[in-house]
Amino acid sequence: MGQIEWAMWANEQALASGLILITGGIVATAGQFTQWYLGAYSIAAGVLICMLEYPRGKRSKGSTMERCGQKYLTKVVKLFGPLTRNYYIRAFLHLGLAVPAGFLLATILGTACLAIASGIYLLAAIRGEQWSPIEPKPKERPQIGGTIKQPPSNPPPRPPAEARKKPSEEEAAGVSPGGPKENPMPVTDEVV
Amino acid sequence: MLILLPVCRNLLSFLRGTCSLYRSTLRKQLDHNLSFHKLVGYMICLHTAIHIIAHLFNLERYSRSRQATDGSLASILSNLPHQENDSWLNPIQSSNTTVVYVTFTSIAGLTGVIITMALVLMVTSAMEFIRRSYFEVFWYTHHIFIIYFIGLGIHGLGGIVRGQTEESMAENHPHMCAEFFEKWDDPASHCKPPQFEGLPAESWKWILAPGILYIFERILRFYRSQQKVVITKVVMHPSKVLELQMHKHGFSMEVGQYIFVNCPSISYLEWHPFTLTSAPEEDFFSIHIRAVGDWTENLIRTFEQQYSSVPRIQVDGPFGTVSEDVFQYEVAVLVGAGIGVTPFASILKSIWYKFQHADHNLETQKIYFYWICREMGAFAWFNDLLAALEQEMEELGKVGFLNYRLFLTGWDSSFAGHAALNFDKANDILTGLKQKTFFGRPMWDNEFSTIATAHPKSAVGVFLCGPQTLAKSLSKCCHQYSSLDPRKVQFYFNKENF
Repeated sequence: MGQIEWAMWANEQALASGLILITGGIVATAGQFTQWYLGAYSIAAGVLICMLEYPRGKRSKGSTMERCGQKYLTKVVKLFGPLTRNYYIRAFLHLGLAVPAGFLLATILGTACLAIASGIYLLAAIRGEQWSPIEPKPKERPQIGGTIKQPPSNPPPRPPAEARKKPSEEEAAGVSPGGPKENPMPVTDEVV
Repeated sequence: MLILLPVCRNLLSFLRGTCSLYRSTLRKQLDHNLSFHKLVGYMICLHTAIHIIAHLFNLERYSRSRQATDGSLASILSNLPHQENDSWLNPIQSSNTTVVYVTFTSIAGLTGVIITMALVLMVTSAMEFIRRSYFEVFWYTHHIFIIYFIGLGIHGLGGIVRGQTEESMAENHPHMCAEFFEKWDDPASHCKPPQFEGLPAESWKWILAPGILYIFERILRFYRSQQKVVITKVVMHPSKVLELQMHKHGFSMEVGQYIFVNCPSISYLEWHPFTLTSAPEEDFFSIHIRAVGDWTENLIRTFEQQYSSVPRIQVDGPFGTVSEDVFQYEVAVLVGAGIGVTPFASILKSIWYKFQHADHNLETQKIYFYWICREMGAFAWFNDLLAALEQEMEELGKVGFLNYRLFLTGWDSSFAGHAALNFDKANDILTGLKQKTFFGRPMWDNEFSTIATAHPKSAVGVFLCGPQTLAKSLSKCCHQYSSLDPRKVQFYFNKENF
């Protein structure tokens, strides 16, 4: 059991607790139970917890599977720096968020599960784990123009002078068409 | 309680054995036992949520009724006395308590909360990510299902859900008397006050039989594990692969099966599955263990110390998978990716033995074996097996029986250069086998169309042990290249799952 990163399990547990809090809160608010304002609180707390826990942290050993679409929330969570990196803070935050929901029956399950998640986070923090964001690897862009080397400094080798064609025809072929000169070479319309 | 039955391995093996008279499609469903277990688990979660929400509304209404003083039907029903003959309806007895207090002081409420928390812990530790990366967390946490089932049995004992008694229904039927609730106390009216009784607990009826089967299964596993396992040979292969050849009294296996192995000196409670790499025709059974985690590394290290005594091993199994069907197809296409090649070691050896003894059960005429791996190191032992088979086939003059293709997907330009230089050598430079190693991934369309043209009238069984993506592409090719005419070539896809 030496290689376990408890934070990964705590993350799953906290995410589940967030969802349970939201569900319990919706039930209490929609049913207009007594003290339903606690239900409204637990919806808000649940949403906050889900947003905090949705981006999975990077494992210290091995590759980590991202949750689908987590990169947007990763940016937000990263902004808070040490507040979200440190698991002690997360453990106490979850414990604190859990307490008010414990007074309403509909949300008490969320409280219990969140308390367990907080406990596992505490264990993770004691073992020195930290949250680090999963960064997308920067794509290596092919450098435009990087493969173009300097043009050759020497002209290509030419055949000896006897094999060369008459220079006058070469010059005439280089003339742009449409000019007021007569075309020395016969021009035919060929459909290829 | 369908969640317990799919994880009774021995029961499933027994069913698979007795079902051999029936069609294999029935037996194939037994291989999806873990998927079924997960689906039932999700259903349990869903219905737990519905159950809890329903009771939350119920308790809230009870609470309101208890506190209502307007003389409505609800308040009169709530005030039915608790002391005499136990015919009350509202479990909330005084108007001063909260629903939280009532929940935690009743059997149903307390057990309900405890078992729901156990359920949540089981589900979060069983998420695929946690299970694959930190198996021990999943395995040990999942055992709190014991608390779950005991709590579930006790849950209804308090009789907190009440129903009207039979006799009371005759005297005070709700359809006729509900409107006249003010007159119930009046001795002259024809409606007497209703009597309620607690509905009995029923969950134990559902849990009892599967629970007993499961307990029996665990006892059986324990008994089988206590039997003596003799290690006859230990071989250390390159790249930290350990081969253990063992013997156990009364052990008999089929191809492609796996066993669970426990080493008490490393961990008392951990059982890990390993595919059997020996053929049934051999007089020992063997497994090849690679170092991939804590337990396997410890095991290999323990065996490497040659001067201390050999550690004791416990074995449970064998448990079956679909490879048993491989002999039934005229043409077999076997695809092993990476570590997935291990069941095929057993299959190839067994096919070879059957072929040598001209076994009539063997329908196979031709085998196409595709071995795909990133690099050769950890599978050098399999390499030797293929070389041995190649040689034996040459001696018997049956070179065309086994066609194998090796694909190295982790190649670089130095590999390619080396291969190009040695192009005209008879044997492959990497493996020493007659077949040249291919680099990159196989092009399945080409392979399937070649096989379909070569065997236009056969049933071809495609067996894969490898990743899900490969399963998808192979399954697609099977559909694509199976001809519409059932008499012509048909590809049947089978996937191992571990």
